Amino acid sequence: MSDYETFLLDGRPVRFERGQTILEAALAAGHYIPNLCHHPEFKPHGSCKLCTIKVNGRYGSACTVKAMPGQEVSSDTPELNGNRRVLLQMLFVEGSHFCPGCEKSGNCALQALAYDLEMLTPHYAHFYPSRPLDASHPDVLIDFNRCIMCELCVRASREVDGKNVFALAGRGVASHVVVNSPSGKLADTDFALTDKAAHICPVGAILPKRVGFAVPIGSRTYDVDAISTLAERRATEEA
Amino acid sequence: MTKTGKAHETELDRVLDRNRRDRGRLVQILREAQAIEGWIPPETVTAIAQGLGMAIGEVESTLEFYSFFYRRPRGDYVVLFSDNITDRMLGNQAIFEHMARRFGVARGEVSPDGLVSLDFTSCTGLCDQGPAILVNGIAIPKMTLRRADQIHDLIRSKVPVSDWPKDLFEIDHNIRRADMLLGSDFMPGSALKAAIAMGPEAFLTEVKRSNLRGRGGAGFTTGVKWEAAKKAQADERFIVCNADEGEPGTFKDRVLLQFYPERVFEGMALAGFVTGARHGLVYLRGEYLYLLAPLEEKLAELRAGRLLGRAIQGVEGFDFDIEIHMGAGAYICGEETALIESLEGKAGRPRIRPPFPVVCGYRNKPTVVNNVETLCKVTEIALQGGAGYEGFGTKQSTGTKILSVSGDCERPGIYEYPFGVRVGQVLDDCGARSPKAVQISGPAGTCLGIREFGRRIAFEDVPTAGAFMVFGEHRDMFAVAHNFAHFFAHESCGFCTPCRVGTAIQAKIMDKIAAGHATQYEMNELQHLHDVMRTGSHCGLGQTAGGAIADTIGKFRDDYEQKLARKDFEPAFDLDAALARARAVTGRDDADSHMLDHA
Repeated sequence: MSDYETFLLDGRPVRFERGQTILEAALAAGHYIPNLCHHPEFKPHGSCKLCTIKVNGRYGSACTVKAMPGQEVSSDTPELNGNRRVLLQMLFVEGSHFCPGCEKSGNCALQALAYDLEMLTPHYAHFYPSRPLDASHPDVLIDFNRCIMCELCVRASREVDGKNVFALAGRGVASHVVVNSPSGKLADTDFALTDKAAHICPVGAILPKRVGFAVPIGSRTYDVDAISTLAERRATEEA
Repeated sequence: MTKTGKAHETELDRVLDRNRRDRGRLVQILREAQAIEGWIPPETVTAIAQGLGMAIGEVESTLEFYSFFYRRPRGDYVVLFSDNITDRMLGNQAIFEHMARRFGVARGEVSPDGLVSLDFTSCTGLCDQGPAILVNGIAIPKMTLRRADQIHDLIRSKVPVSDWPKDLFEIDHNIRRADMLLGSDFMPGSALKAAIAMGPEAFLTEVKRSNLRGRGGAGFTTGVKWEAAKKAQADERFIVCNADEGEPGTFKDRVLLQFYPERVFEGMALAGFVTGARHGLVYLRGEYLYLLAPLEEKLAELRAGRLLGRAIQGVEGFDFDIEIHMGAGAYICGEETALIESLEGKAGRPRIRPPFPVVCGYRNKPTVVNNVETLCKVTEIALQGGAGYEGFGTKQSTGTKILSVSGDCERPGIYEYPFGVRVGQVLDDCGARSPKAVQISGPAGTCLGIREFGRRIAFEDVPTAGAFMVFGEHRDMFAVAHNFAHFFAHESCGFCTPCRVGTAIQAKIMDKIAAGHATQYEMNELQHLHDVMRTGSHCGLGQTAGGAIADTIGKFRDDYEQKLARKDFEPAFDLDAALARARAVTGRDDADSHMLDHA
């Protein structure tokens, strides 16, 4: 018997520490599982469902299911990747995402995953929601049209910045992020460019003002490397 | 009706004080605050946030989640038409349109004089006596055009709802077949007395021996749930009665709460006796507001009889009391962790499980969540013992099950059967002359066609929370699934991607089919979406939301195909329709002129 525990991910053994989720263990071992609402510094959220895997034949979210010895996990299969493409398409049509004109292009996890999973079209009819921008803050712009409801800003502001600037309100497709001020405007909060919440958005919903094309499109993070390659390399460097 | 700022402030203060300024009671506070003006203005949101020490966005998060909270002015009279498929089959739309015409108000709008607003709402649990409506939250069954006129006149003459003729609000129990539970007399206190005589350990053994499984549909073994909560390390435990009977077509809990409340409450006390919980909470769906006062009265009566409160039946240390929380229009709160979130004053978004509520539930304490019917059943076990109970039903599904029968049958209502009863038997008993299909356990359940009427109601065959909707041979099963698709899109909590977006896309595709613009392509799309939602959704709502569509496509494909365009594909965007207005303005009448194949 070995002195560490493992589970099988797509047939390969992955070591884990007790208490780790399957996603945490897989990422640490350099095996990428697609994800959007996950962030290593925050508790599992489990809402985007990109990390849906099969554990011993049952579907689950890799970010919430704890790793256990002997589990047989499948992730990189045509079925699961096909479902992931559908989830990405859902997110693309639910909001309004115009990659070519978005300052986040090349640094956006949604766009990067769409490339990585070879999503070629949005497929479904666009919802074209009407979500006004909030440009009230001197340093930060919020374009709610690009929001994917991952609540990372909500969590970062609450748990790290100690400010509680955002909340998720509404129900169903009417779900939306609200700003905690009587006017509902960001300018009327104590939000600052230095906040963790100002830099945690995986897509282009929260952007610093007066920064445009400092790094040209084509040379940005995911322009250079696929999001999966990058995650796997990062794990190797840390090991 | 607008109150002056000062008077409003004082009333709001009273609401906050009455709720101990406890943010955990936010849903209750919003309900009471809304009663002041009929809606919740922004100043009230700010005042509540300040009064509870919460961020405004946190208050909004709860406020915007529930269908019965309004952020814009509503009419003095809010009339909501139940829109389950059974209400539609009984003609609710014609009555709605009649009323809308008489008031001169459109769906979702307020009349210019601020008198009335009209809208539809999800199933209100009166399917056996529909079409049903809610007026200012109070249920009125058996709507007809005549009743609509009567209600119109009452509203026009501004008679307060409390002064309306009592017969409008009369709700029948329609118990058509009574068995073990509905057919036996019950002396309040008798089950407690029997359990106290046995002691908590021995009584738990009996509950386990009975193999009683949860009547909410999931069928978890009650004794195992109780034991887990009892064994969990904690200084406090809670018993929650899930009376959020929101599954369209289900109304048996409504009958139990109205006619058998002492059974429900005594079942909760029994759960408290076994697990050591001292607090019970009833989560009553907002649509059942008319049951609140009688239930509160019943609780007072039980306290006076020492069947609730301190030292129940004189047993020192056996303290248990019950509090009723009202829901506010959110189907998802029937899911136990969403229900707990709602009890804590939050939006009803289901939690990640594990941990399960028996370990970490309400206020992060061990919590037993039981269905209304399950709690009634434990009183039987206290009186008859587990072994006696085991004899009824099937091996894996012991005891009886109450069905809520509605739709195309002569005798809709409540039917109690031993588990294992065949679907065909129920159809015969309720007088369904020529049934084409039965939707069992509501939109989230299973649709059975004629060839499956030999199947049995049981956890091991066709499990159900109770709904049994019958569709006659003349019914269009596409219309049924279309209604369900909009129900799920409306009720999805919005937390996870597959359910939030998937239910909305499915509803749009069903609209496209209804409009005659869809092709075989859309049929495949619906199936594919269902697969993604079923395998990827966070909770049962999304996992089952596409089920009725998949079932009806599989079993009643003709009902869909009749509506399909005979083409390979038609785009979602209808260019002709989009150009119609421009054509009208420019006086052109050559529609389709842009189409190459148009001769």
